[in-house]
Amino acid sequence: MATADWFAVRKPLSPKRSNLLAVLAFVLPLGTWSAVSYLPFVWHPLVEVQKPGSVDYFVSGMLIDKEEFVAQNRKAAAAGHALAVGEPRNPIYLPAPHRVVRALYTAFLAPPRLPTEPWLHQSLWQSIQVIFWGFMLSSALGVPLGILCGTFAFFSKLQEPFVEFFRYLPAPAFGALAVAVLGIYDAPKIAIIFIGTFFQQVLVVANTTRKLELPLIEAAQTLGASKRQLVFKVVVPGVIVDLYTDMRILLGWAWTYLIVAEMVGTTSGITYFINQQARYRNYENVYAAIMLIGLIGLGSDLVLGRIGRHLFPWRAEAQGAGASNLLRLFVPKRARRRAAAGVAA
Amino acid sequence: MNLVLPSYREQAPEVAARFAKLYERAVVLEVKELARRFASDEGTVAALEGISFRAHRRELICVIGPSGCGKSTLIRILAGLDEQSDGQMLLDGKPVRGPGPDRGMVFQGYTLFPWRTVIQNVMFGLEMRGHDRSTAELEAMEWVEIVGLGRFANAYPYQLSGGMKQRVAIARALANRPRILFMDEPFAALDAQTRAQMQSYLLQLWKQIDITIVFVTHDLEEAVYLADRIVVLGTHPGHIKEIVEVPVPRPRTREQMISPVFIATKKHLESLIHARDTDTETESLPPIRMTQVGDEVE
Repeated sequence: MATADWFAVRKPLSPKRSNLLAVLAFVLPLGTWSAVSYLPFVWHPLVEVQKPGSVDYFVSGMLIDKEEFVAQNRKAAAAGHALAVGEPRNPIYLPAPHRVVRALYTAFLAPPRLPTEPWLHQSLWQSIQVIFWGFMLSSALGVPLGILCGTFAFFSKLQEPFVEFFRYLPAPAFGALAVAVLGIYDAPKIAIIFIGTFFQQVLVVANTTRKLELPLIEAAQTLGASKRQLVFKVVVPGVIVDLYTDMRILLGWAWTYLIVAEMVGTTSGITYFINQQARYRNYENVYAAIMLIGLIGLGSDLVLGRIGRHLFPWRAEAQGAGASNLLRLFVPKRARRRAAAGVAA
Repeated sequence: MNLVLPSYREQAPEVAARFAKLYERAVVLEVKELARRFASDEGTVAALEGISFRAHRRELICVIGPSGCGKSTLIRILAGLDEQSDGQMLLDGKPVRGPGPDRGMVFQGYTLFPWRTVIQNVMFGLEMRGHDRSTAELEAMEWVEIVGLGRFANAYPYQLSGGMKQRVAIARALANRPRILFMDEPFAALDAQTRAQMQSYLLQLWKQIDITIVFVTHDLEEAVYLADRIVVLGTHPGHIKEIVEVPVPRPRTREQMISPVFIATKKHLESLIHARDTDTETESLPPIRMTQVGDEVE
C-alpha cells in the first residue's frame, strides 16, 4: 500500500507521486540545462563581441574569454579609447535546448553538404540495420547456447570458462582484426556488435535458465517427460519471460557498442553524421543525433515491453519492469485497465 | 499422563479383520532395505538406513517423523528424484529406478507450470506420453471436473488459491494413471481451514479411484485422519521405528478426531516421535523472570 512517507523503505509510492517523479526525472536535467543556457549569471564564460570598439583584434561575432574581454576594455578605458561591446555566451559546444529541439527537426530536412554524404535518416537507417543484424546473429547463437549451458552442466563446464575469459576482452580491440578479415563496410561493424553482445548474452541467458525452479523440472520428470521434452516443454517456456526481459537489456548494450563499431573501417551511420556535424561545428545537430539514439532505444524498449504483455499473459504483471513508470504516462488508464481485465478473463 | 495403547487387534476384532483383508490385497510397492548416505567432510553420513515396508493396492500410507528424519528424502527416492545408496524398490514386483509416469508425485510447493492453464497443466503428462492434443484434452477435462475445477479450466495458476492449485496438481498427477501416488507434505503450505477441507477431499477422491497413496506429513492429526497405516521414522539415521495400524474405523469424519481411539492413536504417535533419542531438547525454559511479582497471567 502507498504511504504518506516519501522515503518509506521498500514501499510503493502512490500513482500520482510516481508519475510526478517520472516527469521530474526528465524535467530536472532539462531544467539544469536550461538554467545554464538561459541564465547568463549561471555560467556563460565567454563573451560574443558585438562592437569591436578600439580593440584592434576584436571582430564582431567572435567569442572571447570573459577575463580577456574585461582586460582589453580596461586597457581601452585607461587610454581613453572607445570600449568594445559584447554579450555573455556559452561555449559553442553547449547549444541551448531550443536550438537542439529545432535541430531535431531541421536535421532531417537539411540536405547534406556534399552530394556523396547521406541524409540523416539514411545514416540512422544504416545504424539500425547494423544493430539489428549484430544483435540477431548474436541471439541466434547465444540464446540456444545459453539455454544449453543453463540446463546441462556438460555445456556449462565446456563453454563458460572460455566465455568468462572472452567477455573481458573489449570488443573494440577486435576492430583492426575485423577489418582485416571482413573488409571495411558493414560486416566488421556487425562483428563488433556481435562480439560485444554474444559473450555476455551466453552468460546472462545461462544464469536466467538456471534460475528456473528445479521442482518444475522434477514435476515434469514424474509426469514422464523425456530429456528433450524437459528442454522444450519445461525449460524454454519456463524461462521465456525472463529471457525476453534479458534481451531487452542486452539490446541496450548492443546500442552502446554502436558508436565504436561504426568507427571501424569506413565511418558510417549515425557516427558519421555526428563526426561530420562536429567538424562543421553544428553542435546542435550533434546533440540532436545523440538524443535520437536515446529516443530510438527507449522507444523500442517501450514497444517490446508492450508486445511482451500480450505474448505472456500468465506473467503480465512482471512485464515492463524498467519502463513501466514511463509506460504509465504514455498509455491511457482505460487501456491499461482493459489489458488487465483481458488477462483475468 | 501415561496412556499406553494396547495392541489394536486384541482391542477390536473388526479392526483386525480390516487389516487382515488389507494384507490380502496385492502388493503395489515393496521397499527393501533402502538406505541413503551422503558424503560429507567427516566421512559418510547416513540419512536413511534399513527402510523396508510394503504398500498394498489402494492402501493409504502416511509417513511421519521428526524434522531431519529423512522423510522427504525417502519419498524423493521412491519417486525416482533421488537415488538410494542401497536397497531396492519394487513396483508390482519389478524393480524401478529414476522417475517415471507410473509413480505420480504431488509436491508441497504446487509446482504447476505457470505458463499453462489448468487444463493444459493437467494434460501435460498425457502429452508427454504421446497422446494427441484433442484426446489428451478430453481426458484431462474429466480430471479437472473430478477435482471440481471445471469452471477454472482456462485459468492460469496465478489466478488460483493455494487449495485450488493443489487440486490441479493432484489432477495432473492422477491424469497420468500412475500405479501409486506420492505426496510430500502437500497441504503444509495451506491455512488450517483449507487444509482440513483438502484432507476430507483427498479421502473422498481416494475412495472413488483405484490408487495407492504414500503421504508424507509432519502433522500427526492429519496422519491419523488419513492413513490405513502410519510409518513412523526416527532420526540418526532415519529408520523405521514402528508401522502403526490406525484403528480408527472408516469412513473417517472430522468428528472422530475427538473420539478416544483417535486421541489414543495420536498419543501413541507422539510418544514414538518425542521419545528421548535426541539430547539437544530441553524440557522447559529456564526460570528467568522479566515481570513484576503480582503481574501474573495464570
